[in-house]
Parts: sequence; structure tokens; C-alpha cells
Amino acid sequence: MSYLKYLEAESIHIIREVVSETENPVMLYSIGKDSSVMLHLAKKAFYPGKIPFKILHVDTGWKFQEMYKFRDMVAKELSLDLIIYKNKSGFKNNINPFTFETSYYTKMMKTEALKQALKEGNFNAAFIGARRDEEKSRAKERIFSFRNSNHQWDYKNQRLELWNLFNTRINKNESIRIYPLSNWTELDIWEYIFRENIKVVPLYFSKSRRVVKRKDSIILIDDDRFVFQKGEKIEYDNIRFRTLGCYPLTSAVKSLSSNVKEIILEILSHENSERNGRLIDHDNPSSMEKKKIEGYF
Amino acid sequence: MKKNTFEEYLISREKLELLRFITCGSVDDGKSTLIGRMLNDINSIRKDELEALRAISKKSGTQKGNIDYALLLDGLTSEQEQGITIDVAYKYFSTEKRKFIVADTPGHEEYTRNMVTGSSVADLAVILIDVNKGISKQTLRHTNVCNFMGIKKIILAVNKMDLINYDMNTFLNIEKHYLSICKNLKFEAIQTIPVSAINGENISSKSKNMSWYKGPSIIDHLEKINISQNIENQFFLPIQLVNRPTSNFRGFSGLIASGNINKNEEIFVLPSGSKAKVKSILIGDKVKNNASFNENITLTLNKEISVSRGDLILSNINDVYVANQFEANIVWLSKDTGYVGREYILKLSTQTTAANITFIKYELDIENNKKLASKKATINNFYVVNLKTIKTIWFKKFHQNKTLGSFLLIDQLSNETVAGGTINHNLTRSTNLVYQNFLINKETRRIKNKHKSKVFWLTGLSGSGKSTIANFFEQFLHQKGVNSYILDGDNIRQGLNNDLGFTDEDRIENIRRVGEVAKLFVDAGIVTIVSFISPFKKDREMARRLFSTDEFVEVYVNTSLEVCEKRDVKGLYQKARAGLIPNFTGINSKYDIPSNPEITIDTEKKNLEEIIDLLYNYIK
Repeated sequence: MSYLKYLEAESIHIIREVVSETENPVMLYSIGKDSSVMLHLAKKAFYPGKIPFKILHVDTGWKFQEMYKFRDMVAKELSLDLIIYKNKSGFKNNINPFTFETSYYTKMMKTEALKQALKEGNFNAAFIGARRDEEKSRAKERIFSFRNSNHQWDYKNQRLELWNLFNTRINKNESIRIYPLSNWTELDIWEYIFRENIKVVPLYFSKSRRVVKRKDSIILIDDDRFVFQKGEKIEYDNIRFRTLGCYPLTSAVKSLSSNVKEIILEILSHENSERNGRLIDHDNPSSMEKKKIEGYF
Repeated sequence: MKKNTFEEYLISREKLELLRFITCGSVDDGKSTLIGRMLNDINSIRKDELEALRAISKKSGTQKGNIDYALLLDGLTSEQEQGITIDVAYKYFSTEKRKFIVADTPGHEEYTRNMVTGSSVADLAVILIDVNKGISKQTLRHTNVCNFMGIKKIILAVNKMDLINYDMNTFLNIEKHYLSICKNLKFEAIQTIPVSAINGENISSKSKNMSWYKGPSIIDHLEKINISQNIENQFFLPIQLVNRPTSNFRGFSGLIASGNINKNEEIFVLPSGSKAKVKSILIGDKVKNNASFNENITLTLNKEISVSRGDLILSNINDVYVANQFEANIVWLSKDTGYVGREYILKLSTQTTAANITFIKYELDIENNKKLASKKATINNFYVVNLKTIKTIWFKKFHQNKTLGSFLLIDQLSNETVAGGTINHNLTRSTNLVYQNFLINKETRRIKNKHKSKVFWLTGLSGSGKSTIANFFEQFLHQKGVNSYILDGDNIRQGLNNDLGFTDEDRIENIRRVGEVAKLFVDAGIVTIVSFISPFKKDREMARRLFSTDEFVEVYVNTSLEVCEKRDVKGLYQKARAGLIPNFTGINSKYDIPSNPEITIDTEKKNLEEIIDLLYNYIK
């Protein structure tokens, strides 16, 4: 059995198991390539039926415009039962990535918003398209990650995971994050997208775009809310994104890869890992672990 | 990658197989260096990762500022601070020949649960030892855990050869010793490789300093070893869910555990035993004519038969055991002690049922290869036990079929996974699929008696008034012409249970036996009054599950400890306070107050007539 088939089978098995054994699961949808693959797998798992759970997009209000357009198109095409959740008080207080500390912004608009959304929807099981090869502390997390009533991750007390048997029983006030793509790498994702012909946000493909260079990062000027720093000037460059998030916090890479095939070839020759483009992981070396302990994805 | 065309690349990737392996050993043996070396030598560490690694090595490394590969995988802050591996880290890499997922597992006994987790999905284990130390107790632990979890292929990497001047004889002696240890284990292939991780010798390329060694390097071996699993060819599909989106589609979904299936083939469904033919096979959204091992499929059948989650579709009905008792190896992984008779949730493939350990044959001391007598199961230890499930289940021997032969035990209250297990063989002969139905049964007996049969389970402290209530209630029933019987704690302990004491494990067995006896009495049509302290909630719940919902009436005889102690009819509290009775409920052994009993009797407020009335209401 080829490894992509193996990974696909493993992921579908996990998704079906959660649907069979938990009462109210939800799938987090970030609009990125991993989410697109996860959604595709969910579709396959229940074909010819519809995806039997709600899809949740936690919206910070600062995603790329093309992401919003893509989200609405996918939702319509797959007739998704889509919930769009925003942290209302965060919006009211205009918490944004330009004037607030990145860590505070992320905590309020992502972590807190997610907690609120899960609570309001009474969801105690949430699928997330994160992969272990993205980051060191993710590499340590189980496929089924149990969180306490404050959604915190206790890495010293992770539940056993034996063979392909999953104990999905949830205690009162506990919830689970489920990572069906745990064992996929960036390259696997792209090869699968290629083979299965899965649509992704066009921002992954190179184009001449309006950008600003800031330290080692390349930031796209996505709308007129963009706040320039002293001395910054608008440039045009052929760029694309390896990961997508909030546009002011996501760095592009210089690239000429304008289709999936070229991206695969580019990854094969890459020197840097994928999360290099995520500015929020660079606060300090163990910042992701800290965020997880606080209840991050 | 060579500059082939993209199409050639895709074809070569299509053929690429995945090998999942684990590494076990300790930092001192050079495990992290070994993994770091492997990844480094095949160019699997990215530039930014390497830079971050350099920076953190300077800050908290143990290699005098040089790259400390341990920090590549020990990604948690406390791991880096303490210089230990706490949990499994997964790393992904590939060569032109194969794709790999390596699980780096902690070696220390304390983290057995994590090693067990990492090894359960591995095809191969790299066990690392320091040539100066030779085979240690930890090596035996690692080897036995791998064997237990079903790993068939082993690489024993004998490290630090550079420190003994690459001496062949030392290596050969270790190899010989190791092979003799593995003689009785179920490994299919063992490769011993002398290495120097720090110098990169025999890691990805052959060492010139050990030209006497003719075998492969580690990477070489990982790329070439045959990993086609020894899977039996009988078809088994455990049903994960029923897919019924519309009234004209009814599909049965699951992951094929072994074998293959074709369209139009005849299949059976367990436990019903029904027969049907495969009408269609779906893999994802594609219609197929056949499907095989490890594919996720959805089947439709040519006729309407009942199939639900936990059922098994198979091609030959005799290929599997259908029974409720089996012998298994288990590894206990919870801080809560495991007891014979206590009820757990057993999850085997897609089946879930209550189960209990009926007998611990022995504990396996895996560091010394000894069998020890044991009455209970404690954390990080291995046991051979007999298990009994409440529902009849389908299963196979673990070594024939991993999926159908492995299970979890889950605690009923905390939901913690307390143990993992693998089935050795069944204990009873496969039961007929349909239970033997006798002509005279519970219902016919009840009709003849003209009253219901139930169990009243009186629980409460010693001296709370259970026996008094039981006594009056039975007299009352007797006058009403109701057939009844009292099962009294003290009386049963003098006969049926005279082999049991008052330790936790004996109390559990005490309750289990009384529950089973009460079940027989209820089946015989008799109103049964159980008068037992029965202090543990788990065990009362275990008794409850033997009955249907309306047959079990839990009666909490609520008398405060002060009042019981004041009454002290049998003088037991006085003795217990004087330290003459160990494990006395309420004094030095706990009593779990029932959280949801059918009846609570406050004996300090209610008189006997009122109490009898309350009870009688349940059988009117």
C-alpha cells in the first residue's frame, strides 16, 4: 500500500471513529491547505452521505480577502453547515494585529474565540488539521488530545494511544481536539492535493503582489487597514504563501511556483521548514507549547 | 532528487512504502545522537531548524556548545530543562527508497505508557545499547515491550564502538547474548549492528574501522528490510458505522482488518450469523470491484439485514472466535490498581462491552524474565490474565490478527485507559451464536408466582440497620405470599465466600459473587434482598449491570457514622477504633455514598412501616 493511501486510510478511520463515538463533534476550518485536505477526507469518509457535522471557522477579521472568498465558495459547493465565529468583545475593542502585541492579539482573537465558539455550540470534540511535522511541541501531541474545562493541554498526562484503538470517552467538562492529519507532512499534503485535484486558496500560487518587506518577512498589503512602519515602501514581487493565517502576521516567500506541480518541486528543494513563515511562532523558542497549554489549537 | 521529470517522480513516489519504527534507549546510550545523525546524514534537517538547534544547543545543550541533537526531538520545555525524554516525538523523513515515521520513545520505566504508545503502531524497533554497559535491565524491558506490542523486527544498535577500539569479540558476545534472550520471543528478524553514532559509523554508510562487520548500515537496513506484514488472508471488516443518507442507500463502513473482498461475494455478519452478497464496494467516492487490507470501505449488500456498529462482516463464519472468555497479556498503565472482579470497559476493534479480569495467572517480570504470583495489577507491569466480557464478542489471537486481537481496558468512572491487552487464546468453546433458550424461563416463573422478581440491594455502614430492614421486609413479603430470600453479608461470608477477607480485592470479589447469586435468584422468580455494606460505588455499579434496568433497586440505608458507632450492636466499631480490625468501613476504609440510588432511607427520621411501604411500592 502506498504511503498516501495509508495516510488517507488512517485519517478517514479517525474521522469516522469520532463521529461514531462522540455526541457533538465539529470540524475547525482555517481555509488553508490542510483544512482543505481534511474537508476532502471528511467528504470521502461519509460518501454518498453529507458531512455529518458542523464546520467552524474562527474568524479574527484579519484573514486575507481571497481566503474569505474561497471559504464562501467552498461552503456553497459542498453545502457545508458552516459556523463563522468572531470574538465579539474583541471586535468591539478593535483588537488588531497592528496596534496590539501579537501574543495578546492571538490569545484574544484565536484562543479565546475558539473556546467561546466551542462552548456556545456545546461541542466537546473538535477536528483540527494540524500536523506533527509543523512544530516540535505538536510532534509530541497525541492524535486525540484531551483538554480540561479550560481547554488546557496537560502534556504530562496524555492519554494512551494503542494500535488504532482510540478511547474517545470524554469526562464531564473535558473536550477533545482530534488531529486526523497528525502523520502527514507538508509534502504529503501537496502530493495529495495534486493527485486528488483539491482546490486551494490561490494565495498559495505565485503571482506579482503588492508587498512590504519587514525584517526577514514579506507582508502582503491586503487591504487599506494596513499600517506602514517608518520608511516602509510598497514593492511588487513574485511571491506566494506556504501557510495562511492573519495577513499582517503571515510572511510570504519569494517564489515562482504558480501551480501545485511547481510547489512540490519547490518543497523538495526547500531549505527552510514551513512554519518559518508564521510570525506568531517566533515570540520565543517554546511559544507554541505555551499557547497550547493555554488552550490554543 | 535527481532531475527526472515530474511524472517519473510521481510514479516513484507512488511505489514508496511507509516504514514506521521506534527508537528506544536512553540519552546516555547516545540515542539522540543516533537519531540526529540519521536525520543529518540523509539531509532531513532544514536550515532554519538547524539554526534554531544551534542556538538552543548553546543555551541548554550538554555538548559544550556543539550541536546537541537531543534538543531536536525533545521539544517540550521541561524535557529540555531536565535533559530527558518525557513523551513520544514523531519525526518524518524519506529517502529515495522508503518513507519513514520514527517515534522517539522515552526509555525509563516510569514512561512505559509512552513507549507502549509509540511502539503499538511501529513495524520495527531500533533498540540502542552502550557497548560498555552491554545488555541491561532496560534493554530487556524495551525488548519485551516491543514483543508485547507485536513488533516483529528488531535492530539492536550497539553504540560507542569507537570507545572499545572497534573490538569485534565484544560485539559478537553481546550479539550472542541478545539472540539467546530473544529465543522465546516472537520476533521474525533481528539485525545486530555495531555503530558509533557520534562518528557516524554504520549509520548511513559502512564504517571502515569495522571492516569485519559484513552486515548493512542502519539506514541501509531500514530501506531494505521486508516489511510486507504477515497478514492472514481471511476477510474481516469490523463495522465502524452505518451510512444511511437516504432511504435507498444503506452502507456499512469500516477499515478492512485483513484479507480482501470482491463484488458479488458471499459474506456473513456476526453476531447475527446472517448471510448476504456484496452488492457494491465504495472506497471514498469511487465504486470498486474489490478492496483489500487497510482500505477504508463502504459496502452495500443485496438484501436488507440488520448490521450495526460493532458487528463483523467476514467471508467464513468459522474464522473467528465468538465467546466471552479468553486469556490475554495485559500491560497495566494506570496509577489506580487493577483488581480481579472489578468491571472495566473493554474496547476491541469497534466493539465495546463491560468486562472483568477473572484471574491473574501471573505477573511477568520483564526485566528478569521471571513469573511472579500476583493478585492485583499495578502500574507499568505486565500480566497474563483471564478475562470475561459481559456481552459475547468476536475476536482472534493477537499473533494471527492485530486488529481483532488487541483491546483497551477503560475505567468506568474516570474514563482513563488503564490497560492495553493482546489475546492469547479463548477459554470457552465458541458459543453457538444463539443462546440456549430454555422453555421455562424468568417470565413463565413470574407468571406462576403472580409477582415480579427483583433485587433490593441494601447498602450502608455496618450497624446502619440493613439487616433489620431486610428482616422486616421479608416477613411482610411472606405474609403477602411473595417468594423472597435474603442474601446477608455475614451469612454469605460464612459459606460461599469463606475464602475471602477484607482487602480491596477480596471485597470486590465478595460483591461480584453475591451479584451473580442474586441474578440467579431473580431468574428463579424470587424477590431477593441483598444486605451488604458494599462500600465501593464501582462494585455496586458492576452488580447493577447484571440486571435489566427495572430489576435492580439500590437502597441506601443512610445512618450517620456517629449513630452507627453509638449503636455498635456487634461491638465492632469499638474494636476498629482500638485498631483491632483493619479495613473497617467508615473507620479506616472508605464508603462511597450512592449518588443516584432508587431509594434513600433516613433511618433516623423514618419508622419501619414507612420504610417497608417505600420498598413494597417497587414490586406492587
